[in-house]
Amino acid sequence: MSRTLTQIMAVTSMNLRSIPQRIWTSLSTVIAIGFVTGVLLAFLALANGFAATVSGTGSPDVAVILRKGGDELSSVLTREQTLLMQEAPGIAKSADGKPLMSPELYVVIDGIKKSSQTKANLPLRGLGTLADQVRKGVRISSGRMFRTGTNELVVGRSVSKQFEGFEVGKQIRLASQNWTVVGEFEANGSVFESELWADVAVLQGLYQRGSTVQSVRARLQSPDSLQKVKDFAEADPRIKLDVKSEQAFYAAQSKGMSDVIQYLGWPLAIAMSFGALAGALNTMYASVDARMREIATLRALGFGGLPAFVGTMAESLLLSVVGGLLGALGVYLFFDGLSAATLGGNFTQVVFSMKLSGDLVLQGVILALVIGFVGGFFPAWRAARVPILAAFRAG
Amino acid sequence: MSDALIVLKNIGKRYTRGKQQVRIFDHLDMAIPRQDFVAMMGPSGSGKTTLLNLLGGIDKPSEGEIAFEGKRMDDLSEGKLAAFRAANVGFVFQFYNLMPMLTAAQNVELPLLLTKLGPKARRERVQTALTIVNLADRARHKPSELSGGQQQRVAIARAIVSDPKLLLCDEPTGDLDRETADEILGMLQTLNRDLGKTIVMVTHDPEAARFAKRTLHLDKGHFVEKDLNA
Ligand SMILES: Nc1ncnc2c1ncn2[C@@H]1O[C@H](COP(=O)(O)OP(=O)(O)OP(=O)(O)O)[C@@H](O)[C@H]1O
Ligand SMILES: [Mg+2]
Repeated sequence: MSRTLTQIMAVTSMNLRSIPQRIWTSLSTVIAIGFVTGVLLAFLALANGFAATVSGTGSPDVAVILRKGGDELSSVLTREQTLLMQEAPGIAKSADGKPLMSPELYVVIDGIKKSSQTKANLPLRGLGTLADQVRKGVRISSGRMFRTGTNELVVGRSVSKQFEGFEVGKQIRLASQNWTVVGEFEANGSVFESELWADVAVLQGLYQRGSTVQSVRARLQSPDSLQKVKDFAEADPRIKLDVKSEQAFYAAQSKGMSDVIQYLGWPLAIAMSFGALAGALNTMYASVDARMREIATLRALGFGGLPAFVGTMAESLLLSVVGGLLGALGVYLFFDGLSAATLGGNFTQVVFSMKLSGDLVLQGVILALVIGFVGGFFPAWRAARVPILAAFRAG
Repeated sequence: MSDALIVLKNIGKRYTRGKQQVRIFDHLDMAIPRQDFVAMMGPSGSGKTTLLNLLGGIDKPSEGEIAFEGKRMDDLSEGKLAAFRAANVGFVFQFYNLMPMLTAAQNVELPLLLTKLGPKARRERVQTALTIVNLADRARHKPSELSGGQQQRVAIARAIVSDPKLLLCDEPTGDLDRETADEILGMLQTLNRDLGKTIVMVTHDPEAARFAKRTLHLDKGHFVEKDLNA
């Protein structure tokens, strides 16, 4: 081992072992850094959970067909357009040769949140008769599927968990008619679990939509068939509809929202970092001042400034890593998996869980280390330049 | 003069304090023979510590030359001076200046971390140094578990562990009672007599000065004659 390294290690270990002498100021720095990291990670976990839920919703071999420029709420498709689309090549067929398409309605109803007892919008989707063959991965987890032509509906798992009165067997009123919740479904944690589903034809009558729908879902023969369907919709002037893969459709929706959360989280965390940085600087300057005579004595004995610099940096980085990990632990213990609901792309509630990941923890620890690095650097610089004459003063 | 360990020639030393210049030394000459034991006395502010710092390569003169074993050292770089101190000078401070986190043995070992010695050789040297100051049985104690006199003995062991020729002591007994002080002074005397260490010791205490071979009186930056025994 080189001599310089031996010196650095000796001084650093001395430095770290002296932390208990400055326990309160050190602890306050650890806590401040932990708090900043925690805030950042809470936001990132929120964005991450949201993105996971929304992007997990779309499948690449399902096409979403909407009016040009429309979203699911504002789009209107006529019966003629819907029928013409049935001729599109590239759409998968059922066993008896029917194109696997589900004309769908998408309306908003009121729900009362269990947690806050406040009103929130819930999406109610009308499904075509072939919907269960168009969307894969949906499973009735209790009760049964609604029957075509009746006032029955099924609710997503998140809806029954977070909103009042949607348990299986419950009656609800929609547009002054009685409806029965006959089942609850799971859809791999996707956005669909925040929806209620019923028969599209019954909803058309209830909401006076005549024969129009808002969107059509179609199962593609393969993800590559999307282009054929697109070209077909473009070519016929009577159709003129937007065709996207469901995956792209939800990815676009989630991007806006998780961007907002992230872009809120980082600036907030960075603003708070300045507070934590001031604390770290303070602590580390205090540490250098407390060790002034020791550092000067070592210099008098012939030690260089480098060990004092490294020792101070090591102390600061150690405090910040501990703070960062405590912040991450706090988020993990108190927030990870916690359900949150937010407005999805259509001003309806999307229910999702905060989700911490190794990657996010790493980002948090990096932020903590940056605070520790800057907060340690200037005091370490002072430590490296302590005048040797300080060794001769009382203290 | 030829056998002098350290020679100061025409030394000037100024400090600038704000706009004011403070002259500590002007045209100061001095020679310290090998194996000398000098006590340096003088009123507070007369420049004793400053002189010690010049001798030890901690501070540099504003004018003049300092030579150690015939080699000039006043023009060395910071790094070279640090290496010079590590190789040639042992310091003993008034307030011991031990590292509170380290045991006596670890404190004594510090100067050896600047040498090429491996862990085993270092351990042996530490053991020897602690034995010389009669503290072999306290090797694992922290400074806070030792008396003032014992702490100063650890500091002396640290000062001699790398076997430097020159020991510089700034009021080494200033913080100790008479009996303990005499014990420490006796130890310095032994180091001078038996191990041939050249010692320069600053003290305010005439009793302490009696342990040295000779006493220099510094006043306003100059050596003055004074007969102690008169
Ligand atoms: N770094 C410095 N900057 C400016 N002035 C200094 C500095 N160090 C010492 N002085 C001044 O130089 C003079 C001599 O100081 P020095 O410490 O050498 O005195 P001393 O003889 O050791 O005194 P004491 O017996 O009180 O320890 C004093 O006037 C002191 O104020
Ligand atoms: Mg002094």
